[in-house]
Amino acid sequence: MSAAAELEIKDLTVSFDGFKAVDNFTFSVEHEELRVVIGPNGAGKTTLLDLICGKTRPTGGSIRFKGRELSKMQENSIVRQGVGRKFQTPSIYPKLTVFENLEISFPRGRGIWGSLFFKQTDDVRERINEVARDTYLSDHLHTSAEHLSHGQKQWLEIGMVLIADPKLMLLDEPVAGMSVRERQQTADLLKRICKGRSVVVIEHDMNFVKEIAHKVTVMHQGKMLVEGSMDEVQANEKVREVYLGH
Amino acid sequence: MHTLYNRALGGKSGTVGLALLCIVLFLVFPLSLDNFRLNMMSKYLSYAFVAVGLVLCWGNGGILSLGQGLFWGFGGYCMAAFLKLEAAHNIAAESGSDQIRALTTVGLPDFMDWNQITSLPYIWYPFKSFPLTIILVFLVPTLLAYIIGTAMFKRRVGGVYFALITQALCWIMEISFVTRQGWTGGINGITDLRTCLGWDIRTKSAQITLYFLTSIFLIACILVGRFILSIKLGRILVAMRDGEDRVRFSGYSVSKLKTFIFCVAAAMSAMGGALFVLNVGFMSPKLVTIEPSIYMVIFCAVGGRNSLIGAVYGAILVSYGKTYFSEMFPNLWYFLMGGVFILVTRFFPDGLAGAVDRFGPMLGKKIFSMIGRAQQNFPAVVPVTIEANEGH
Amino acid sequence: MPLILATSFAELKDIFLMQGFAGFSLFAVFLLMALGLAIIFGQMKVINMAHGEFLTVGAYVTVFLSHMVTDHAPKMLPYYFPVAIVCAFVVAFILGYIVEIGLVKYLYNRPLDTLLATWGLSMILQQACRSIFGAREDTATLPDWMMGSWSPSEGLDIPINGMFLLALAIVMVVLVYFLMYRSRWGLKVRATMQNRAMAGAVGINTKSVDRITFALGCGLAGIAGAAFTTIGSVSPSAGSLYIVDTFIVVVFGGAASLLGTVLSAFTIAQSQSILEFFLTGVLAKIFVLVGVIIILMIRPQGLIASKVRK
Ligand SMILES: Nc1ncnc2c1ncn2[C@@H]1O[C@H](COP(=O)(O)OP(=O)(O)OP(=O)(O)O)[C@@H](O)[C@H]1O
Ligand SMILES: [Mg+2]
Repeated sequence: MSAAAELEIKDLTVSFDGFKAVDNFTFSVEHEELRVVIGPNGAGKTTLLDLICGKTRPTGGSIRFKGRELSKMQENSIVRQGVGRKFQTPSIYPKLTVFENLEISFPRGRGIWGSLFFKQTDDVRERINEVARDTYLSDHLHTSAEHLSHGQKQWLEIGMVLIADPKLMLLDEPVAGMSVRERQQTADLLKRICKGRSVVVIEHDMNFVKEIAHKVTVMHQGKMLVEGSMDEVQANEKVREVYLGH
Repeated sequence: MHTLYNRALGGKSGTVGLALLCIVLFLVFPLSLDNFRLNMMSKYLSYAFVAVGLVLCWGNGGILSLGQGLFWGFGGYCMAAFLKLEAAHNIAAESGSDQIRALTTVGLPDFMDWNQITSLPYIWYPFKSFPLTIILVFLVPTLLAYIIGTAMFKRRVGGVYFALITQALCWIMEISFVTRQGWTGGINGITDLRTCLGWDIRTKSAQITLYFLTSIFLIACILVGRFILSIKLGRILVAMRDGEDRVRFSGYSVSKLKTFIFCVAAAMSAMGGALFVLNVGFMSPKLVTIEPSIYMVIFCAVGGRNSLIGAVYGAILVSYGKTYFSEMFPNLWYFLMGGVFILVTRFFPDGLAGAVDRFGPMLGKKIFSMIGRAQQNFPAVVPVTIEANEGH
Repeated sequence: MPLILATSFAELKDIFLMQGFAGFSLFAVFLLMALGLAIIFGQMKVINMAHGEFLTVGAYVTVFLSHMVTDHAPKMLPYYFPVAIVCAFVVAFILGYIVEIGLVKYLYNRPLDTLLATWGLSMILQQACRSIFGAREDTATLPDWMMGSWSPSEGLDIPINGMFLLALAIVMVVLVYFLMYRSRWGLKVRATMQNRAMAGAVGINTKSVDRITFALGCGLAGIAGAAFTTIGSVSPSAGSLYIVDTFIVVVFGGAASLLGTVLSAFTIAQSQSILEFFLTGVLAKIFVLVGVIIILMIRPQGLIASKVRK
């Protein structure tokens, strides 16, 4: 736990009718770090992200980001602190085009007055094009989002998070449902975007994890099991037990 | 200028639709309807304000309110209160007979006299002033919508639950208005309204003027609606309807945005209510309860919940149908109306506007190709007949 | 208020008890109505605005039978009521079955549209009742044993029809509980309602489950109608007077919970009935509704809710 840690979580606990989905969890993520959280189904990974971004309220513990306590803030204030979240199942606006999806996610004109007087200036269009290029969607800018493939929807959602230029990106299973080629492209994308920000990725695909992770955290039954480099984690007895015993 | 054209008018197709509506409202109806029917049309148009508001908050924002009658009603009651005070002043003053003077209290509405209320209740005071009344027509319903919206949306009450709660609120308003007879005129409402700032609203010319006034305000509401849908707010509305959480996690305050659009819809409804009172000359709790509120939603559904202009046609057609059927088939009209609602939701979820979008181009093409074929066939027909004749 | 101060404590207790028992009749009707709606709205997510009309239908069936019996077989009068309950159920069930096939089945993933379509349906059913039975109010002749009241102590009269209603409602709750939560069929219903595609994939005939579930909910409203005849007279719009209350009961209870529905019907009926003694009926209703809305704002999920991730 160095002083430079961007995200610091301490003794975080949430209980649903007595069931502790996240249990006394402590961890921290550094600036420009890409952290991968793995763990068997139901380990509490998604719940952890829910807690950070305010979707679920913790029963105890603290979440500090850049020294600010997030656990009492409203979701939209947390976003304005620079936390962006991609959900496990792609959540985009199906009836809007890719361009409009990105435009809405652009971090300007978020208030009522802002949304009334928002002007689509050149810098907005430029930024949208740039993000579309990054997420391999340049050719689909004017396609209605419901017509994209599953992988492209995942990219679009990453793009929607990215356009807000968050300082902490939370990505829940970004390569689920992608082809091998698309996975490689996504890995490249993630490596590129962790410049200047911290990224937390949840993933099941070990090859993908190996490719991108700086450090890996293993969760099991809401608790931290081990933390370390991919090789260390893979060599760990407890981890094998958890995965095989499941 | 170009952006204004694209925004408020909605580009080429939007302009055509709007122009057609203007022709219907400003030429066809005034020229073809007698005074009685035109006044009835004003009444229907005053409902269309609610439908236009519902297109914004329901069709685009996904917020179904079954309590729009509440806002329409408050707008109407505010207006009626002003007109009633004016009428109350004049009756006593105009009347030459001492008997009437003895029976009525100057400046006190008749129903208050009947309910043994001797002095004007304080909440009626602001309605002595016309400018204040106009402000209140908008302020009261919008404030109410703001309170309801903030309370509900902050607590994430949405969808069906919001619909049912607004319905219950509407009902609460009705029964409170009915029971608070001395203040509201009870079940009969506020009736016998005559003049507005000395202008007799019951005359033929006044009714025609009011019809045009209603139409102009309605068009203005549509333009405001068009504007809202064309800017970023419009896209956020659709986004909220389809994925509330994503909008929230893009940094927007969903509850504030929802409250805002709900207030806009309420203000439009209130305007309709106030114009209704001017056109028709009374207001009653029967007009603002659960059933009319559902009708208002049905206007919007029949016209097309995504189409501002469709909503106007929906309001006109359904209201007209209701009047017509109930005049022609007093025993059957419930069957007919019920059947229409079922058929529309079952087969035309996007209402008239959806049907026009779906079948309009096809129909247009058919007509075009028929014209085209007729032109092509015309020269061809002649030789064939000649040949046939020659072969003979 | 002075009235209350003047009455002795014992009298006050009796008043509370009596209003409480009056509340039980209301509770029973609410509960029977809400039971059906809890299935249709809570489980199937269909906003059935015509639910009240199924009550009306059940009530008319009962009234019709009572007229038949008084005219043709007056000796049977003491016994006809149970038969009427069954008939009310069967008629409402069949009607519900037809409505599902003809209308509701097309609207399962469009809940707000079910609201509009069933509103149309309710207009049609109301008019049908008006055409068949006339617009006048009509009452069922009750068997003698249901009239009168039981006085366990002096000054305390508990109407027998109220107790009968209560017993009926309790029996129905128990039946529905076993059917929905303890039987294999109930399991199929819950599976279908939670994930129609998946349930279909594991071999459940979801169409038939939908039809029977919807019809069952309507049938329960029919029973509520039979029960209703013991406390009020029937008119074509009788059912529609209860529709708002019934929805509020179901929503307040927590849409998918049987226990919640029972608790909420009890709370709403009792508070209304007891408040009615102190205020006018209308004011009591407003108070209760406002209270319910405020509680719903604090607990949007209703009284009893299962914790699930949305
Ligand atoms: N709001 C909630 N209410 C009740 N239980 C919940 C809630 N959210 C999560 N849970 C439970 O918490 C546990 C952890 O769930 P979570 O989705 O975080 O697991 P996960 O590690 O993301 O699994 P997967 O790899 O399958 O995505 C699960 O058993 C889940 O059912
Ligand atoms: Mg997960």
